[in-house]
Amino acid sequence: MEVALAILVGCFFALSIYLILSLHTIRILLGIAILTNAVNMSIFTAGRLTREVPPIVPDGSYVPLEATANPLPQALILTAIVISFSLFAFVLVLVYRAYQELGTDATTEMVEAEPPHEPATPRGY
Amino acid sequence: MATGPADKALVAQSMLNEAPALSDWLVVTPVIIPFVFAAIIVMQRQRVDRHGPIAIAGFVLLVLCNIGLVNAVRSDGVIVMAMSNWIPPFGISFTVDIVSALFALVASVIGLLTAIFADGDLDMRSRRYGFFAFLLLLVAGVSGAFLTGDVFNLYVWFEVLLIASFGLIVYGGGREQLDGAVRYAILNLLATTFFLIATGLLYGMTGTLNFADIARKVPELTAGAPTAAVASLFILAFAMKAAAFPLNFWLPASYHTPPAVVGALFAGLLTKVGVYALFRITSLVFPTPPAIIDTVVMAVAVATMVIGVLGALAQNDIRRVMGFLVVSGIGSMLLGIALGTTEALMGAIIYAVHSMIVMTALYLAVDLIQKATARFRLTELGGLYAVAPLLSTLFLVLAFAVSGLPPFSGLWPKIVLLRASLAVDAHWAAFAILLTGILTSITMGRVWALTFWRPRSEGAPEIDTAMLQDRRLMAPLIALVALTVGIGLFPAPLFELAGLGAAGLTDPSEYIRAVFDLAAHVGVAEQ
Repeated sequence: MEVALAILVGCFFALSIYLILSLHTIRILLGIAILTNAVNMSIFTAGRLTREVPPIVPDGSYVPLEATANPLPQALILTAIVISFSLFAFVLVLVYRAYQELGTDATTEMVEAEPPHEPATPRGY
Repeated sequence: MATGPADKALVAQSMLNEAPALSDWLVVTPVIIPFVFAAIIVMQRQRVDRHGPIAIAGFVLLVLCNIGLVNAVRSDGVIVMAMSNWIPPFGISFTVDIVSALFALVASVIGLLTAIFADGDLDMRSRRYGFFAFLLLLVAGVSGAFLTGDVFNLYVWFEVLLIASFGLIVYGGGREQLDGAVRYAILNLLATTFFLIATGLLYGMTGTLNFADIARKVPELTAGAPTAAVASLFILAFAMKAAAFPLNFWLPASYHTPPAVVGALFAGLLTKVGVYALFRITSLVFPTPPAIIDTVVMAVAVATMVIGVLGALAQNDIRRVMGFLVVSGIGSMLLGIALGTTEALMGAIIYAVHSMIVMTALYLAVDLIQKATARFRLTELGGLYAVAPLLSTLFLVLAFAVSGLPPFSGLWPKIVLLRASLAVDAHWAAFAILLTGILTSITMGRVWALTFWRPRSEGAPEIDTAMLQDRRLMAPLIALVALTVGIGLFPAPLFELAGLGAAGLTDPSEYIRAVFDLAAHVGVAEQ
């Protein structure tokens, strides 16, 4: 099971890196959305997979009798999902605003912050 | 549910049964204070005129607490506080050693001075969107990152400071600024995501997230491809955060676009968080990385130093000159990490403190130049020396400091790093340090000569010095320059702290022992 999920995660990473390397901000954003999902699944897989066992503690004992799924990776993923979702929402709005202001989503044409034709630095007084 | 004796035994193994000592609460104040004051500002959002004073009051309190924290760590050693009383490694623990406390102190001082500057700089209209709340939240995130002893918690603090920095970098929202913000936001989001991948894989390998516990378990792992991959991912993520070559391009593309006070704060704090995280990772998680990684970090450090300063030399826009100088400084800190000896790490720590102070001051000084002349290109500037002698002098001091000339703060870390690299026969590194120093002197000398010394060109607009009389704008700059001169003339206290901190990084046994002593101490108390 881990192997299958690892392969899937690998495919997600490959796809997201392909998208992030493109020149348009909207495709980069899609890449980031897939990347965060890939990360969450890789954390899930790294925390070892367990088939569904109800984590019930019977009367008279203090730990579940069978090994249950590790809750920590799930807690980590939950945190990571919330954080990455909110940051993704922010970046989405930011990119949309930049698209409105600059009139383009091509990274090659977004050159406001680094104008390509700056005059050369003076060599003397 | 009735609690039997077995229950009590289980609880005793996993939880402290008494509240932490009152003095230990000092550990969390650097996080709590900014959060509380940010909340107060949000509650007072209609009374815009109160935002500045509230933020400044919060920062003063924060600086005092951080001074107390540095003193406590220096006298008592590493302080650990377990959140919700869960004994490490079960819960999250804040673990503060000298490096954490020192960095948190300098960060709060930078926060205080930028808050004073912003109070004089920003008009009331632009404060409505909560500039000071973002400022406090950013410092809360930075302090949390410095103080935490848990790798996933470190990721969370990275995100806290990231979202606060997003709020600040789009503040105002001009065309140029949105363009810069897109680069900053996407690349920093990617860097934190890489960090998260590395954290997940590290958890898969060691089964723990507590730094001290990881440090105990890593030696049991077989060295090989997985360890090397996780180590490279961590280094990639933090090098991207720290703006090391070849991952530095976002920094000079974005730091000059928001209001200058934001640039100053970012230049002082954010890249250093990446460097601090590298300190922790190389000290606790991968104390003996594969040789290839050492070589790569060394090459990256040297390339960052030299290429950063060459970039600065090529710029016509003085705001971007400063961006490239931030990058160049990161190279020197990485060199300390790459060399890895106690002396080299000491140099890197002193350099980080020096760089936080000087880069913030340079951004503020550049902003004052821009305010006075309404120009920021070297081709158009000139004639400031005649009308603004104080600013000229302050800028010259900062130029000397950033180049590493005596008697200012830049001299000492360069000497320590030079000695450390010669001690391990890293002649290339020593050469790179000296070359960077010379090139920085040329860059800053030229900036000073063209901006201040050169007479004003015919037809240039009048220079408006009214801004330079404003105490709230000049006082932070003067304070930062005074710190630079102070460290330059009396480096002994900083050397002592940095030496202790570096010793703690090369031999983290005290850090590890302090975390697990907490558990052992409780076990003894139970019997």
